[in-house]
Amino acid sequence: MERSMLRVKQKRVALNSNHAVAYAVRDVDVDVIAAYPITPQTTIMEKLSEMVANGEIDAELIHVESEHSALSAVVGASAAGARVFTATSSQGLELMHEVLHIASGMRLPIVMAVPTRALSAPISIWNDYSDLMNTRDTSWITLIASTAQEVYDSIIQAYMVAEDPRVLLPVMVAYDGFLMSHTYEPLNIPEDPTAIRELVPRRDRITLDIDKPVTMGTITDPRWYYEIKYQQVKAMQNASLVLKETSKTLHEVLGRKYEPVEGYKMDDAEVAILTYGGLFGTVQEAVDIIRDKGLDIGAIRLRQWRPFPSEELTHLMHDIDTIIVIDRAISYGASIQGPVALEVYPIAARMGVHVFSVIAGIGQRTVLEKDIMGIVNKVLDYLDQGVIPLRSIYWGVRGGE
Amino acid sequence: MSSSLPSWSELPPGGIIVEPGNSVERHTGDWRTFKPIINNDKCIRCMLCWVYCPDGVIRIIDQEYVDSRGRKWDIILDIDYDHCKGCGICVEECPVDAIDFVEEVK
Amino acid sequence: MGETPYNDGVLEIRWHGRGGQGAVTAAIAIAKAAVEVGKYATASPEFGAERRGAPVRAYNRVSSRPIRARTPILEPDVVVVLDSSLPPDMYLDGIKAGGLLLINTKRSIDEVRKMLGDPDIRIAVVDATGIALKTLGTPIVNTAMLGAFAKLVDVADLDVFENVISDLVPKRFISSNIESMRIAYNSVVVENE
Repeated sequence: MERSMLRVKQKRVALNSNHAVAYAVRDVDVDVIAAYPITPQTTIMEKLSEMVANGEIDAELIHVESEHSALSAVVGASAAGARVFTATSSQGLELMHEVLHIASGMRLPIVMAVPTRALSAPISIWNDYSDLMNTRDTSWITLIASTAQEVYDSIIQAYMVAEDPRVLLPVMVAYDGFLMSHTYEPLNIPEDPTAIRELVPRRDRITLDIDKPVTMGTITDPRWYYEIKYQQVKAMQNASLVLKETSKTLHEVLGRKYEPVEGYKMDDAEVAILTYGGLFGTVQEAVDIIRDKGLDIGAIRLRQWRPFPSEELTHLMHDIDTIIVIDRAISYGASIQGPVALEVYPIAARMGVHVFSVIAGIGQRTVLEKDIMGIVNKVLDYLDQGVIPLRSIYWGVRGGE
Repeated sequence: MSSSLPSWSELPPGGIIVEPGNSVERHTGDWRTFKPIINNDKCIRCMLCWVYCPDGVIRIIDQEYVDSRGRKWDIILDIDYDHCKGCGICVEECPVDAIDFVEEVK
Repeated sequence: MGETPYNDGVLEIRWHGRGGQGAVTAAIAIAKAAVEVGKYATASPEFGAERRGAPVRAYNRVSSRPIRARTPILEPDVVVVLDSSLPPDMYLDGIKAGGLLLINTKRSIDEVRKMLGDPDIRIAVVDATGIALKTLGTPIVNTAMLGAFAKLVDVADLDVFENVISDLVPKRFISSNIESMRIAYNSVVVENE
């Protein structure tokens, strides 16, 4: 797509991340929306319902009886060629789980917003990333945003990537439930959505068509299944490239640049803190404070969870000797229990970088700048003793570890 | 083992089947042990076999036929043995016992 | 419009009210007004299972530069109390020395100062309940508190808040809420610095 893009005119507004999703969905002109209410996702659908009711969006809004049905409904609509959207959190995402695999296996360009939330039991309506991390192997492209601005932009990018013929995979855009979903902050959105619609032209793909019938999601015996699954492996690889291309286009059109992993004060850093979502802002604040105290520390934000940006992360980690990965989810019984830390480990091992996995913010336990500083001090203590624990550090758990 | 089959890059994405109606290429008639044979002389053309057949293999052929009672018909009924699995439902449902069910000699 | 206690470049505001009084909407209005005049701002409710009458908090950060922290506000520059029946330990918790307490009450500043044990803060009082009952006929006090806030704290001019509130409340309640804001703006009483 070699054409020069004009920077579009934008207006500055204050929205929460859920409403930023709704505006992005409006601006890409979706055809079918289906979702079931669950905290903290609900206000996305409230806003979209309002937009459909007052004619801002020309879409079918399907009321369904569960999240399993919500995703199934958009699977059907997408198979028939519609541009679709759904959203959920927590148990809703769990109830969708089997359909997540069907959506990606049928290669449907579905886009879903996931304001993340802890999992039951016990019930917690508050934030962590347990729900999202459970979708790791579903073959969905997964972006984790850190600001409402990035949430808006990522939904647009999600459609650009999902519908690319080299990809044809569904995309999840995740962000902190409550801490972002319900927090108002400034962002820029285009004054005229037609500029956005030009970014997501309607493209041909094989769909259900009575004039040209096809069969989707058929049974495949052992002679066929493996090759069809390998297509998904390649599509995920292609997604890395298409994410890069579309990031470049978005930068040209909207003026905002996103990298699969983003470094903060990494130039001279020896120690880096890697995290994702809204916590990155607090980590940046903490990095500034710790730097004032004389430690060469930097921060890395993971934006692109699937496909995992191994090359880009390798590049960012080139000059550090220790990486602290703060996860807000637990992989129970794993060697180290932070899901992202596990992913960073093989890269760090090749480079001889020490990995410390830290669990924090579970069920939205508050993480302040001083918690980040405490985590860094604890890691420095371990390094002084020459100990790299082969387990995670559970920051702030009452009663100690 | 499957070297003659298409590679991952030759298949449509997600293994979508893009040739409609290709199930005729699979000759499910191979599965049959008993073979239904329609006796057009006894048949009263009620079409219940056509209604009940789960595989749609009862064929209606435009052909004049006069049965042994002197009654004239515009059609005869026949079976697509390439796809008849020999389930026997037509035999069971026929109200005048006009379908014989005989062991197939293979 | 009054003085600006922007510490480290970020003004931190904490709202205390009860479910149904509109504390969250007030915080959203602050963020929208600040963004309207080109500032950076965040508004976040303290997230819980909302129900009428339960104590609720909301937070604002306002600054001339982007705001990165998503933490609860533990040491606010400004505390706004929509319901004076809330326990003082709750709303005074962590307030900065010299910070501002804006409280909805019929009492005088001296009475409030005495009740709170003479804290090292500035106190401002406004009878938001009285104003709301007069203008809206129901004790939803958030817009009156916003009017008083606009007078005391340098975030945006009153007319900006009026525009923001016009977008946030149902059409038939716009004029009565704006009246609330104006009366409170003109009747709030504050201690000298």
